[in-house]
Amino acid sequence: MATEHTQEHEGHEEHASMSKKKIWTVFFYLLGITAIEFFIALVLIPKGLLNQGIGNFIYIVLTLVKAYYIVAYFMHLKFEKLAFKTGIIISLIFIIYFIVLMLTEGSYLYVHTNK
Amino acid sequence: MTTTTVSPLDEVKTGPWDGGKSPFSIEYGKIMMWFFLVSDAFTFSAFLIYYGTQRFSRVSWPDPDQVFQSIPGITDHGAPLIFVGIMTFILIMSSVTMVLAVEAGHRGSKKEVVNWMIWTILGGAVFLGCQALEWTHLFHEGYNWGSIPESYKGVDVIGAQQFANLFFTITGFHGFHVFSGVIINIIILFMTMGNVFEKRGTYLMVEKVGLYWHFVDLVWVFVFTFFYLV
Repeated sequence: MATEHTQEHEGHEEHASMSKKKIWTVFFYLLGITAIEFFIALVLIPKGLLNQGIGNFIYIVLTLVKAYYIVAYFMHLKFEKLAFKTGIIISLIFIIYFIVLMLTEGSYLYVHTNK
Repeated sequence: MTTTTVSPLDEVKTGPWDGGKSPFSIEYGKIMMWFFLVSDAFTFSAFLIYYGTQRFSRVSWPDPDQVFQSIPGITDHGAPLIFVGIMTFILIMSSVTMVLAVEAGHRGSKKEVVNWMIWTILGGAVFLGCQALEWTHLFHEGYNWGSIPESYKGVDVIGAQQFANLFFTITGFHGFHVFSGVIINIIILFMTMGNVFEKRGTYLMVEKVGLYWHFVDLVWVFVFTFFYLV
């Protein structure tokens, strides 16, 4: 029982850590990342300083970073129990599988329907 | 005083998974909201992945910098992605005000919850208004389900048609989520003002609605990347 109490206590402290200051910090991260995306889309790619393919890769990485901040801090998942976090995250494997499956299918169609 | 020695087998187990308490230590409704959001994530991914499949299978695809050029009411051309930038900012902002409402709820400060909920609802409503303006503009240009502008110059006309269909379907489905979110937020606002949560002793309901609202913002982050940037 003693260990549980300390665990709960820690949980509450993490709860408290999502203070107003932390919320605004996360907001500025999200805003900053979006600003970088616009900088790439409106300056770097039109001026030919960055290839569209590399640009797309950077967009997707930045999007995943934004998604992490929203889910972890705004939706508070980072502070939930490990078992719960795992349960939610693992189910997303199906999405990754579906992406691989369908994009392969799309490339196949590209080759075979555009003759 | 009698002492009984209990064999290890008969000892009462108190671990998180031994029953009698929630192993996740999250309230039931909140877990169910999470499960709903996971299922909704699957729906949105299915839409976006199909969009990817179509895009991979076509020879050419409309360039978002060319399609999204207008700021309704200000200019029809020459401002690529600016308007959607404003929309994205509004939605992120309303997500922040929602967390602030949840944070105020933890402290049990009714006045602040009401204040931040009003800002969140306003943000959602303005986002919906912006989306309506953008759709109207695209309709005028000739984009719709089943039609593209006659002046479209790309090689692959079917690709452009798929772009239009998927754009309206996916942003429409997202917009519908924003719309339901605004309605739910309004209900929660009235419940807060009617002291429902004060009497209940907890503002947990604000957290649950908050989860939904952040999820809508999360989906927009992906829609924004795949429709407007990539």
